Amino acid sequence: MTTSKKTKKQIAPRVPMPNQPADERSRNFKEVALGYTKEMAMEEASRCLNCKKPKCVQGCPVQVPIADFIAEVAKGDIEKAYAIIKSTNSLPAVCGRVCPQEIQCEGSCILSAKGEPVAIGRLERFVADEYMYMDACDLISAKPECPYIDEEKKVACIGSGPSSLTVAGYLASRGCKVTVFEALHEVGGVLVYGIPEFRLPKKDIVAKEVGALKDLQVDFVTNYVGGKTFSIEDLKAQGYKAIFVGVGAGLPRFLNIPGENFCGVFSANEYLTRVNLGRAYDFPNYDTPIIKGRKVTVYGGGNVAMDAARTAKRLGAESVHIVYRRTADAMPARHEEIEHAVEEGIILEVLANPIEFKGDENGNLTSVTLQKMTMGEPDESGRRRPLPLEGETYELETDLAVIAVGTRPNPVLLENEPDLKLNKWGYIEVNEETNETSIPDVYAGGDIVTGAATVILAMGAGRKAAQEIARRFGVED
Amino acid sequence: MIMANKIVKKEQLIPGQTSKLVIDAPHIAAKAKPGNFVILRVTEKGERIPLTIADTDTENGTITIVYLVLGKSTALLEELNEGDDILDLCGPLGKPTDLHTGGTVICVGGGTGIAAMHHIAKGHHEAGNHVVAIIGARTKDLLLFENELKEFCPEVLISTDDGSYGHHGLVTDLLKERLEKDDSVIEVVAVGPVPMMAAVSKTTEPFGTPTTVSLNSIMVDGVGMCGACRVTVGGETKFACVDGPEFNGHKVDFGELRQRLAAFKCQEKESFDHHCRCKCNDNK
Repeated sequence: MTTSKKTKKQIAPRVPMPNQPADERSRNFKEVALGYTKEMAMEEASRCLNCKKPKCVQGCPVQVPIADFIAEVAKGDIEKAYAIIKSTNSLPAVCGRVCPQEIQCEGSCILSAKGEPVAIGRLERFVADEYMYMDACDLISAKPECPYIDEEKKVACIGSGPSSLTVAGYLASRGCKVTVFEALHEVGGVLVYGIPEFRLPKKDIVAKEVGALKDLQVDFVTNYVGGKTFSIEDLKAQGYKAIFVGVGAGLPRFLNIPGENFCGVFSANEYLTRVNLGRAYDFPNYDTPIIKGRKVTVYGGGNVAMDAARTAKRLGAESVHIVYRRTADAMPARHEEIEHAVEEGIILEVLANPIEFKGDENGNLTSVTLQKMTMGEPDESGRRRPLPLEGETYELETDLAVIAVGTRPNPVLLENEPDLKLNKWGYIEVNEETNETSIPDVYAGGDIVTGAATVILAMGAGRKAAQEIARRFGVED
Repeated sequence: MIMANKIVKKEQLIPGQTSKLVIDAPHIAAKAKPGNFVILRVTEKGERIPLTIADTDTENGTITIVYLVLGKSTALLEELNEGDDILDLCGPLGKPTDLHTGGTVICVGGGTGIAAMHHIAKGHHEAGNHVVAIIGARTKDLLLFENELKEFCPEVLISTDDGSYGHHGLVTDLLKERLEKDDSVIEVVAVGPVPMMAAVSKTTEPFGTPTTVSLNSIMVDGVGMCGACRVTVGGETKFACVDGPEFNGHKVDFGELRQRLAAFKCQEKESFDHHCRCKCNDNK
């Protein structure tokens, strides 16, 4: 009888999410993942064991009460589920789409030991999308009416990426007057210039999440550059009692190899900013141009490299190679992203390291010289180091190269704020408990503190700073 | 806090080609220093383009920009009139000019670059330097800012390619002549087309005169995020938007800059043609 008992305990597989077919989606910029229907969501939600001490919540950087919202989804009460999520997460439609859930909430799910974890991200996304059109005040504060905003509790956020938006959402729903200053002409930081439309729709998702914050009386000031248009001192003089610095890492790293300045060699930031923020995929209806490579090479193995490669494919490239010096299983990108990329016809050119770009007499990129690599013995960190195979190099034809090997701290604000103490890597140093910087009442979080990380980690940092600001203002829960 | 960026004054310096806008932007005027630039966007579907700040008026809270109608974005800008708002205006960006004192500074300007050079020359004048301006254009009618420069430059030397006004020849002829007889020159500044800045740098090199050029590379964000504006200076890659736009002219790889400026030539033409076609269709 033991066998039948075992069968009973077997965990049902997670409900798959419909996607646009690969051959179709690789020719458009529409969202790849189509999302659950209500029936699918309720079925998936019913897989949750509703643990007494849910581990998934500990895995979430903003501590969404996951089991609670999933219980409501299972019952079909999506409105209640939304209110529960929004009580701690100001951008659920974004997080449900771009979080690396496998190493966070879903990675901690008890079911993952025996089978597939509950699809928490997909459920969060479903709930957020369902309620995107509801009254914002209702939703963000999870209270029946908009909060009373105390104009005295003035908070400024520098930068409008995920960390700042989290600070703004948290504090505005607790009655603080928040102003967000953004250097670019559109609000959202990496959500608008970095992550492509096919993973995160700008008009339908990002703009609506930002709109919900505007309904909470958060002011957004665009074209305002911290360190240039204004200083931290200026904000203090204007009566801001707490300031959050969330300006991101921003500045791209290059490979520092010969030929890197040939026309056709782009940083991933430039390439993605042109396409996403500038909507260059719709050139010449939009004015920002992009070079549409025929034979594209992308350097790096992270999510940004995947985004750049998949973008190039959608712009009509004949071939797209992702050049990575280690093996595919060592790529830091999410598995799902690598899978999607390969499905779309992107070639993983692994154990290859670029050593030189070559160009024609007009300065246009024509090819890259690659060094063949092999995996060496594990070093002190336990990671196997890639080693060059002496003398084994080869040429790969390429007319468009996109470099996605990470970022450095952006100096624009930091150079002009010498009182902000930096760590040895040039990022802002903060008190780990409160995220306060060396300047009293000035907080920082996100990539400008940690170096390039994820959207949700930036949001977690924003939440920590916001909780501390709320405590000092006496408006904590 | 809503930025209107209203155009308070528009002046066509060269009809259909070069215009000057005085824009209400107190937040930028309060911070702008010589050498700074702005990034602007004219329409919702527009691109971001950099333009040097040609002058500021902190009292009235305005900045002045001068542009040459060269492609679609500047054509769109040219369609705006006094009273219109510029959709997005961001600045002041870039490092300000390094204004050291103690001698004669020769400021060389060519074409629209004369306007950008004007602000730098004014800065040097205010810092206490003796400023000599050398300005050049193809022909007399294309010369800018002669009178504005005369307000504070004791000497304004002029050259035209066709000899219709001033010296018949290039600005570098005047510069060379001057350097040969004047050893009080502590710095030469050049702003203009790339070949002109390259020629100025080449002219000053034998004299060992420190030479500053303001580079006009392609920009997207203008705040260091992307590296579109990267240039090679003394063998190192620099971002013109945050490390510059002013660099040591003797160390700049002008050939590379010229090639990079041409990277989007086809798309620029396509965009401009598309714009003209659409406009014609609208008129029909």
